[in-house]
Amino acid sequence: MSVSRPFSIARWFHRRGWSDLIIGLPYGWLLLLFLLPFLIVLAMSVGSQAPTAPPVGFGGEYPWINPRGYQRLFTDDLYIRSFLISLMNAGLATLLCLGLGYPMALGLTRVAKSWRNILLMLVILPFWTSFLLRVYAWMGLMGKSSWFNQLLTDGWNLLVPVDWAVKSIPMMHSNFAVVLVMVYTYLPFMILPLYSSLERLDPTLDEAAMDLGSRPFRVFLDVTLPQSVPGIIAGGLLVFIPAAGELVIPTLVGDASTPMIGRVIADEFNSARDWPMASAVAVALLVLMVGPTMLYSRYQARAEEGPGK
Amino acid sequence: MAADVEPFLRIEGVSKNFGPFQAVKDVNLTIGKGEIFALLGGSGCGKTTLLRMLAGFEEPSSGRIFLDGQDMTGVPPWERPVHMMFQSYALFPHMTVEKNIGYGLKHERMTAAERTDRVRAMLDLVQLTPFAVRKPHQISGGQRQRVALARALARQPKLLLLDEPLAALDKKLREHTQFELMSIQERTGVTFIVVTHDQEEAMTLADRIAVMDRGAVQQVGPPGEVYEHPASRFVASFLGSISQYEARVLRIEGAEALLDVPAFETPVRATAIPGLVEGEVLTLAVRPEKLAIHRHPPGGPNAIPGEIKDLAYFGKDSLYRVTLPSGQLISVHAVNARRGGEARPDWYDKVWVAFEPAAAILLRG
Repeated sequence: MSVSRPFSIARWFHRRGWSDLIIGLPYGWLLLLFLLPFLIVLAMSVGSQAPTAPPVGFGGEYPWINPRGYQRLFTDDLYIRSFLISLMNAGLATLLCLGLGYPMALGLTRVAKSWRNILLMLVILPFWTSFLLRVYAWMGLMGKSSWFNQLLTDGWNLLVPVDWAVKSIPMMHSNFAVVLVMVYTYLPFMILPLYSSLERLDPTLDEAAMDLGSRPFRVFLDVTLPQSVPGIIAGGLLVFIPAAGELVIPTLVGDASTPMIGRVIADEFNSARDWPMASAVAVALLVLMVGPTMLYSRYQARAEEGPGK
Repeated sequence: MAADVEPFLRIEGVSKNFGPFQAVKDVNLTIGKGEIFALLGGSGCGKTTLLRMLAGFEEPSSGRIFLDGQDMTGVPPWERPVHMMFQSYALFPHMTVEKNIGYGLKHERMTAAERTDRVRAMLDLVQLTPFAVRKPHQISGGQRQRVALARALARQPKLLLLDEPLAALDKKLREHTQFELMSIQERTGVTFIVVTHDQEEAMTLADRIAVMDRGAVQQVGPPGEVYEHPASRFVASFLGSISQYEARVLRIEGAEALLDVPAFETPVRATAIPGLVEGEVLTLAVRPEKLAIHRHPPGGPNAIPGEIKDLAYFGKDSLYRVTLPSGQLISVHAVNARRGGEARPDWYDKVWVAFEPAAAILLRG
């Protein structure tokens, strides 16, 4: 460069090498820490159990792969059942999060600006405490002798005929407990994307709809709801995907008769030491989850073509 | 249209307070059916608050609004036969042009066929038929404005409120749209209330203008009347440009008054206003286009000598800024009607500025 120009961060950044490096970093990250491990899991899923460490071997006849894991996925109803239970629990948790989170997110956009940040802070506040600690707190609350359980029990006994009276409500180690704790855990992941999509909406659109004869609830259905669909989808996926593969919650508060898939994978890896089987289940879970994610990216791409506000 | 119009919309003593701030102060207006009425004023003058009270988004703190004989107090926006064209247009981004226009019709008792016909007629009215299935972000700003207009007109409101209807358009499109709005108003016969800060927009569009300042209506009248006979110094300076000077009445001679104007250093004659008394101090105002500029002393009354300080040549006309003997300035707007002949006045030329006694506006307060 013959003419010396003032230093500019933008120009420095746009020098080819740097921008390539910066764009390359996330790709490298994903390649190394997502794609590579996934390929290893994929390979293990077609291996055979072996008395080695790790307990997977490839051998026998050509083509050296063993489809046993995938065959059992469809023949042993433990897997089908736990997949179904996982999808149902995750779906239920997502719907409940949506039902609870939507009014909260909408409320956040309607309160005075000074309140908004405080309330948003409260939504995020639970993350400051360890997740495990919070699950243990719920276990305490749901336990037979807790004040919470006693309060609910007293309420129940007051409302129902004497014959139905109970000593305590059996909440712990049930599917109910799993869904309850999942809703509690994942609610912020629903509220935040919903809030960000609702907060961008132009309030004059509501006035326009009202002006054209719509009552407030109709305005919500016609104007607010359809425009918040991207937020609903984003929040829904952020809740559904981790909930479907959830391991800790069903292990701690769940019940053995309704296993979720995350727990099945963990059991296969640890107790049964059947790594090919565990890997096959993990691959199947990933394939199941890729569907909704792709749906979401397609929706996003389409939404970005639209009004870019 | 004059003030004796059949009252269709009556605004009676309407005020609006936001906490200690009074946005609208005791406004009384009567607007006739089929009129285009403009609320003109600077930002914060209360015009938008008044419009929002007509739409039902705000309730008056006191006073009442009657539309076609019906008291609008407590009637929610969705039940008012009043529709609004928003400044931002507020088109629904997730609906097509067609759906936007038809939105209000959902609440009308009409068959699907009637609804389609109405939407089609509206598309035709604003010449957007080829764009019916586009989304708002796929059409131009001018087209969006027309969709907003068609949407507001589709339910055949009794009153259409237009909030700065032309503000978002570029200059060329604005002129075209202005005439289009007027022709659509004529064809539909709907009463229009236009809120604007642009005096030219108000004057070309409206049958009558209400000039507002600090929440109160300062003057109501047809554009010509408000421009030529401003009621106050505020109205005089808000509409068009005007030079104002302090004056003292020396003598009253029939229909004219002889005034001492310190800025001119020579007494001038002006058409008297009722109740003028000798010795009264008031403001003499004169618009630039009512002044003539001469290179030699003219024969008639009211010729004030001066020197050209500044001039702007626009081709068809010129604007001069003339320094008066007192050092104060006066603006003169002259049409360059002649070609050739005596040269036009130039920088630092000595000139005489002259005006008819009737051109001078006398303002109290």
